[in-house]
Amino acid sequence: MTDVTNATISTRGKRRARRNSSDRTWTFYVLAAFFAFYVIALYGPMLSIYILSFQDLRGGLVFPMRGFSLYWFNELIMQTRAGDVSGSFTRSIYLAIAVTVITVVFSFMAGMAFRRRFRGDTIVFYLMIGSLVAPGLVLGIGIGLGFDMAGIPTNWFTSALGAQLSWTLPFGILVMFAVMSRLNSDWEEAARDLGASRAQTIGLVVLPVLAPGLIAVALFGFTLSYDEFARTLQTAGAQNTLPLEIWSMTLNVTSPALYALGTVSTVISFLIIGVSLGSIILLQRRNAARKNISE
Amino acid sequence: MKLNKTAVGWLNVTPLLAIMVPFFIMPIIVVAIASIMQTDGFGGMFMDPTLENYTYVFQSALTYRLYFETIKFAALTLIFSAFIGFWVAYFLVFHVRSKLLAMGLFLICTVPFWTSNIIRMISWIPLLGKEGLINQALMAMGFIDAPLEFLLYSDFAVVVAYVHQLTIFMIVPIFNSMARIDKRVVEAALDAGASKFDIMRYIILPMSKSGIALGAIFVVSIVMGDFFVVKVMSGGGTASVVGAFYEDIGVLQYPSAAASAIVLTILVMLMVALILRVVDIRKEITQ
Repeated sequence: MTDVTNATISTRGKRRARRNSSDRTWTFYVLAAFFAFYVIALYGPMLSIYILSFQDLRGGLVFPMRGFSLYWFNELIMQTRAGDVSGSFTRSIYLAIAVTVITVVFSFMAGMAFRRRFRGDTIVFYLMIGSLVAPGLVLGIGIGLGFDMAGIPTNWFTSALGAQLSWTLPFGILVMFAVMSRLNSDWEEAARDLGASRAQTIGLVVLPVLAPGLIAVALFGFTLSYDEFARTLQTAGAQNTLPLEIWSMTLNVTSPALYALGTVSTVISFLIIGVSLGSIILLQRRNAARKNISE
Repeated sequence: MKLNKTAVGWLNVTPLLAIMVPFFIMPIIVVAIASIMQTDGFGGMFMDPTLENYTYVFQSALTYRLYFETIKFAALTLIFSAFIGFWVAYFLVFHVRSKLLAMGLFLICTVPFWTSNIIRMISWIPLLGKEGLINQALMAMGFIDAPLEFLLYSDFAVVVAYVHQLTIFMIVPIFNSMARIDKRVVEAALDAGASKFDIMRYIILPMSKSGIALGAIFVVSIVMGDFFVVKVMSGGGTASVVGAFYEDIGVLQYPSAAASAIVLTILVMLMVALILRVVDIRKEITQ
């Protein structure tokens, strides 16, 4: 009996030892290679268009690279061949800012509501999921037709704004769910016990704790709007947003100007990501520092 | 003033509803109404309720071909993105030992999500084209004599572009559900003599099922509702349900387009409802 137990323990010990010393079995190397391949396939194509956008006048859509200049970026700004790029760009930024602000505020409120069950919450939840998965172009056409019937002209800052919100809000709320699961309701109770009003509890306890998550929601709102195409196509009215401009370029323009636009648009995206991630890290550091002081 | 729970809840979701009603419910109703109207053939519509538009949609052989194509793309994209997403997440959660490194690699996977989808799609052109990098490389190495034609403007290119765009929707939820698996459970299973295959089958797969389902909702609904990728990457050779819808709108065939849009919307909702039966997504996210 003891022999058997000893034997089991010793094999178990051996197995554990083996696991700790050389956990790097063949599966690790296969999966590491797989992961590397995925990352290369993810970034490789994007890199190629950034490189190709710096060609000169002779440039084409494929390698090899012909010359090196900023010719195609200049072409973009001159809007001789490429249409109204800078105008659509400005509109997209304004629209994305509006979508971001509304998404953050409304998602926060809805997130607070969904923390507790209330009568009819399931209906609201599935309504939201429905809005998320419905075909974007169908919704866009419905909104366009509806505005038409009501005699209201479609415009990027009215109908397109609403159309984009029907997609960014459910997304923002789903992110909010994940963020709120980390909010301990004991903290709010403690604040109330210490005599904080409802507004003070939210302003001094809930918001600072959730701040990194709210920035994440803002990042979602901004980038989803900045990139939105299907819902905007039929709702933007006479003036294009940037993705619509890119869409018409893919159909008409066969020059590296298209790639140059891709490069510019990506630089903006990376700036937004950088600022967001930077502020999340900053906030978390500050929170951690506060914790240290209080301890 | 003391409000009860239900009133507070509804007050908090009022702004959400103020968007959902005019920009989700209203357009669906408008499209549903348009689908039972009749057209005068010149873009005008008049109200004389009819189901003709629906019989037209269901009798047309084109409809079935379009749905077959679109569902084929959705299924292929789902298979590839789930496979890649699963193993990438598995690698990050179970094989990368440093938590910081795992987070860093995870971020590397997610960054492209914040950049333009359209740009990412176009970026395959210099690679897959007839004179693209892949053909150039293969020819230089002597594997092929003539450029491979199927690489760009083909079904292959469409699937590549979809998988490239949508795998991220698989990685994030699968990563989240795998990260919640208690490593001690795996240890215990190893101690009890379970093989790697057993651990995968009885622990990891069942526990990441909800992540896969959540990702599948995004992948299926996006591919089913897309026409952009199919249009550009297939070079016009393949149509999609939404693409045909868009063309009908272009030639002012509103009622029949609306009928096909309603059919599509119902189909997508049914697919999502089917996936939701597998996973309680609300419980899943709030955990």
